[in-house]
Amino acid sequence: MREAGGAAESGDRGEDRRPADEEALFSALLEDSAEELYEHAPCGYLTTLMDGQIVKVNSTLLDWLGYERGKLVGRKRFSELLTVGGRLYHETHFAPLLRMQGEISAIALELKTADGSRLPVMVTSRVKTGSDGQPLLIRTTILDARDRRAYEVELLRARQEADQERDRLKLLNSTLQKTLLPPALANVPGLDVAAYYHIASVEEVGGDFYDLFPLAAGTWGLFLGDVCGKGAAAAAVTSLARYTLRAAAVYDPDPAAVLTNLNTVLNHEYNGTDPRFCTVIFGLLTPDADRGGFRITLASGGHPPALLMRADGTADYLPTPGGQLIGVLPDADIATTTVHLAVGDTLLLHTDGLTEAHTNAGSEGRYGDDALLAFGRALAPTTASAVIGAVRDLLDTFGSGVDDDTAVLAVHVPRPTADEPR
Amino acid sequence: MDVRSRNHVTVTGRTGGPVVVLAHGFGCDQNMWRLVVPALEREFTVVLFDHVGSGNSAQSAWSRERYSSLDGYVDDVLELCREIALGPVTFVGHSVSGMMGVLAATREPEAFAGLVLLAPSPCFVDDPDTGYRGGFSAEDIDELLESLDANYLGWSGAMAPVIMGNPDRPELGAELTNSFCRTDPEIARVFARVTFLSDNRADLASVAVPTLVAQCSSDPIAPPEVGAFVHAQIPGSRLVTLNATGHCPQLSAPEETAAAITAFVGTAG
Repeated sequence: MREAGGAAESGDRGEDRRPADEEALFSALLEDSAEELYEHAPCGYLTTLMDGQIVKVNSTLLDWLGYERGKLVGRKRFSELLTVGGRLYHETHFAPLLRMQGEISAIALELKTADGSRLPVMVTSRVKTGSDGQPLLIRTTILDARDRRAYEVELLRARQEADQERDRLKLLNSTLQKTLLPPALANVPGLDVAAYYHIASVEEVGGDFYDLFPLAAGTWGLFLGDVCGKGAAAAAVTSLARYTLRAAAVYDPDPAAVLTNLNTVLNHEYNGTDPRFCTVIFGLLTPDADRGGFRITLASGGHPPALLMRADGTADYLPTPGGQLIGVLPDADIATTTVHLAVGDTLLLHTDGLTEAHTNAGSEGRYGDDALLAFGRALAPTTASAVIGAVRDLLDTFGSGVDDDTAVLAVHVPRPTADEPR
Repeated sequence: MDVRSRNHVTVTGRTGGPVVVLAHGFGCDQNMWRLVVPALEREFTVVLFDHVGSGNSAQSAWSRERYSSLDGYVDDVLELCREIALGPVTFVGHSVSGMMGVLAATREPEAFAGLVLLAPSPCFVDDPDTGYRGGFSAEDIDELLESLDANYLGWSGAMAPVIMGNPDRPELGAELTNSFCRTDPEIARVFARVTFLSDNRADLASVAVPTLVAQCSSDPIAPPEVGAFVHAQIPGSRLVTLNATGHCPQLSAPEETAAAITAFVGTAG
């Protein structure tokens, strides 16, 4: 006895410990044999044959399950202790993985106890192989996971809640986005119009906008622009820009005057530390009584040029050089150009989301102005809906390469039909 | 997309031999067949593949619309047969893939020399109206979905980059416990529903190619009476009951499974 306890006593001469305590400690240590440790370990132990037949189980697990040893050993398979859903999981995931890997760890399952209640557990299994590598037995350790599972359910619930919140945010963003665009474009006699808005990310509201609306005496205003930045702040500028453009055009429809007014409003609203600016192209459409078709005067404040695809199959940009960003300087230079839209001509306005798109997701190469011009030349002569359709297809081929919102607006002068004279 | 990369197709075995296509079921990937392939590739051209959404298939090819029913998978199987094989194949479908084989062979019987339905079930859910017993209730399937959820905790954060083959974070690979059968939990949920809630009992009678129904002697997922039902419904089919236990005889009894497939190809081809 004294010999056996020698090691335990070596650091302590035992002078202030009473002999009776020592005896109790020694006998407890002696009883903690491998067998005792197996039976009353703080986890469940289970050994099965390769087909799942239970051949050995410890007292801890029997206590948890409320079974007598004889009800399990030689009588049940491990999967029969599982809930039905757990059994499906066991057969489709657990057992195949265990066979292939020789072990599987920390799988969350639920055991059915003798009284029908459920015990959440974490299960780890390992295959014991013979000297020739043949699988012989499956050894399984089972941990009581009631607290942990409750915590995990909480985590899962929090994640589902976060997912729902994100969905709500996406819905809010797309609704907000829609309010910044006209629900339908105005119907202009003698003109076909079409537009498309490509949302690059549903996480944030983009800053592109467009509109087409009636002005006095058979004339029409149209605009398309791009506010710097994204999110709620950009949306506020977009909203302000839209209403300012519409109101300014009523007051004075001269396109350069309209953009000058917008520039002044943005400068007043966002002076100081938080400058906000945008690029806009504004057009005034007037039916051309002499030549047929329309006359359009375009004013641009730093915006990509419009693309004119003519009835004769040619296509060119309509440059407006020197136009400056709207909202930066107190007196921005506005560049204007006037062209005649003849029967069969199509004019395309776009934001730079199109030309800045990566042609392959993740690649450095961007689509570019030259490619868009070539695209227009290949398409001409075309119509408003055809060119918008072709741009949509083009954007689809870029996939996630389109990393910014893109707005396109096209107007086309169709050949007058017999019963609808100009 | 190219079928070979979309479905991570692996072709092995004897060139010019009869073609055997091995289709894994729900829960894993072509690794399921690793123990039977050595026996089969001595005589046959063996074609292995991962269903879209499983294993090393192209995750980008997966869409909820296409794979919310067996039809999307059946289209893939037929495309694969056309792409890989010059003639009719023996299609070995485990579990739910057995029903994909049934539907594919009904649509294009000329593509198939024979079907091996390994541990098949045409319908897992009981149907009290006809007295059919698939072994499960709809609630049981919900419980399986809960089990899936419980075991995919944290997947999206830590495991998604690995599964998506993110080369930026190779250190994540070392953290993975299970190197096989990794699946995006969202895809797994959809595939679980397709697997366990499809009812293809009415399709069995249309099978007009030689068919072997191979069931296990004790299968908690597809009990013997389900195998007998499949056998009874498919005209002229043969039924063997393997000594294998569990739902995956290709893992628990690979020799016996390979022997059954080999013997069948010998008679059907």
